[in-house]
Amino acid sequence: MNAFLSNPQLRRYLWPVAGLLLLLLINLIISPEFFNLTFKDGRFYGSLIDVLNRAAPIALLAIGMTLVIATGGVDLSVGSVMAIAGAVSAYLIVSGVDSLTVIIAGGLAAGLVGGMINGLLVGYMNIQPIVATLILMVAGRGVAQLINEGQIVTFQHEAFSFLGTGYFLGLPFPIILVIITFVLVQLLMRRTALGLYVEAVGANASASRYLGINARAIKLSVYCLAGLCAALAGMIAAADIKGSDANNAGLWLELDAILAVVIGGASLMGGRFSLVLSIIGALIIQTLTVTIIMSGIPPKFNLLIKASAIILVLLMQSPRFQQQLSSLMLWRKRHG
Amino acid sequence: MVNRKFIPLIVTCCLFFLLFGIGSIQFESFGTSRVFFNLLTDNAFLIIAAVGMTFVILSGGIDLSVGAVIALTGVISSVLISQYNWHPLAVFPFVLLLGTGFGAAMGALIYFYKLQPFIVTLAGMFLARGLASVISEESIPITHEFYDAVSMFGFELPGGAWIGTSTIICLLVLIAAIVVAHYTRFGGRVYALGGDNNSAALMGVPLASTTISIYATSSFLATLSGIVYSFYTFSGYSLAAVGVELDAIAAVVIGGTLLTGGYGYVIGTLVGVLIMGVVQTYISFDGTLSSWWTKIVIGILLFCFIAMQRVLSRGR
Repeated sequence: MNAFLSNPQLRRYLWPVAGLLLLLLINLIISPEFFNLTFKDGRFYGSLIDVLNRAAPIALLAIGMTLVIATGGVDLSVGSVMAIAGAVSAYLIVSGVDSLTVIIAGGLAAGLVGGMINGLLVGYMNIQPIVATLILMVAGRGVAQLINEGQIVTFQHEAFSFLGTGYFLGLPFPIILVIITFVLVQLLMRRTALGLYVEAVGANASASRYLGINARAIKLSVYCLAGLCAALAGMIAAADIKGSDANNAGLWLELDAILAVVIGGASLMGGRFSLVLSIIGALIIQTLTVTIIMSGIPPKFNLLIKASAIILVLLMQSPRFQQQLSSLMLWRKRHG
Repeated sequence: MVNRKFIPLIVTCCLFFLLFGIGSIQFESFGTSRVFFNLLTDNAFLIIAAVGMTFVILSGGIDLSVGAVIALTGVISSVLISQYNWHPLAVFPFVLLLGTGFGAAMGALIYFYKLQPFIVTLAGMFLARGLASVISEESIPITHEFYDAVSMFGFELPGGAWIGTSTIICLLVLIAAIVVAHYTRFGGRVYALGGDNNSAALMGVPLASTTISIYATSSFLATLSGIVYSFYTFSGYSLAAVGVELDAIAAVVIGGTLLTGGYGYVIGTLVGVLIMGVVQTYISFDGTLSSWWTKIVIGILLFCFIAMQRVLSRGR
């Protein structure tokens, strides 16, 4: 146990994993059937699968957001990009395109364009990330509404709906998509030097430039990746409801994605990142929501509990608070 | 030669007159004092909130909790007035005190624990909206003769323009903010903090009290904005004023304040709000353009102004 705690690599996993386990334990106490998994008609059913399925959009956004935050940035536009991608694919379907490849490519292209705008603003024009992505956050919903002409566009397309409601290997398809995206991005980051470059840019942008890293191109590529992840999440959301709702698709999800990354222990100042921890963060957020519902607390307490959780996590990460906490412990040991 | 530091402000003002001019040429009743003062009346709550945001952004921070604080203020006031029969004049100081405390707490977290303003005020936003929805998920109407009196109060200007309570409050806030920002020690400290944190500390700026006061001011003004907002709606609702923080930030940026802090004018923020109001008015006058164009135009304006700031600060 001590060896485990003294290994700084593993120690980072301690708090997020402990948090998730604690939440699961609470669920076990509240309702033991939470962990029931049934296998029927070639599909798994159960609360756990439900949590995973519902966490899929946040997890996808969190994957992209992790990289953006690792470069010391933040992307507020992912919710709007979700809406745009959903609107583009709905537009393509309604205007008679049948090829699934074209529809998905259209949605992803929308995400890529959004990500490129953000990346160019942040990387090449040196605009603060919060502000640069704020532009697309505000304008993006307008663009999505423009594509939808202000309506909620509904569609029928079996193959596309599979993205949101299909099952593959007994699991809901969104979960599979998260796993595929995670594996691809993880390979890209850890089997190539890209991950190291991202961390270098976040840790110290000017030092990384002296090392010969093209910090601008790195920033551009992480925002593009975040845009692609958001587009995928947006298409899942659209496929799930068989429609595109420009006003509500992905609303406030950018905040959940940022929270997932922060709960995963990443510093908002940039530097080291872990995709696994961010996904655990996304799971914590979704499990927390489910726990609140299961425990019979009215859902109106949802936001309040979430806010308290964020403040607690932020404080736990602050060196000053850790110091105060340990000196308080010492004081109690001496006087208690 | 015009002083370089006034360029963004001048561009903003020119843009306002240009937009207003285009509207006046196209539509007969656009270029009237009534339309102009309606911009003030309709956006009074936004102007008040955006003035608070100006101080925060001048200091190099950001406050995302503004919209939520407006909603929370409405909910608390309406509950106290309608269900506990408090007099509004007793409620207002009470909520203003609460709001100020809320902002001070956020400022304290930001300063003492070295947390990023962005994430702390985000948590503040969740907390305020969460509290509001815990208190009441339904919209609570306010029926009190004081509110009727407030909505009746005001005077007419020549040309049919109406100056109501909201406009008067908003103008008073504006004057007070200009005095505080440009003619007091606190204002100087805010600019110093935004220019460079370390230099400010070396110059003897008390960082703790200044940071806390800045966020307390922002929340105080957001609360006041919430009170003014309730004059329009005669109710309190936990989902009211969603996204107002973004409008406020956009107004500050369009008003020529540098987002990295330390540079800008309170009066610019007023013009920023007015520009956004003119865009909205133009779209509603036109009738064929849909409301979502507002968002797109504001996005484009934001982009242009940020790009201009870049060019100007590079030239220095």
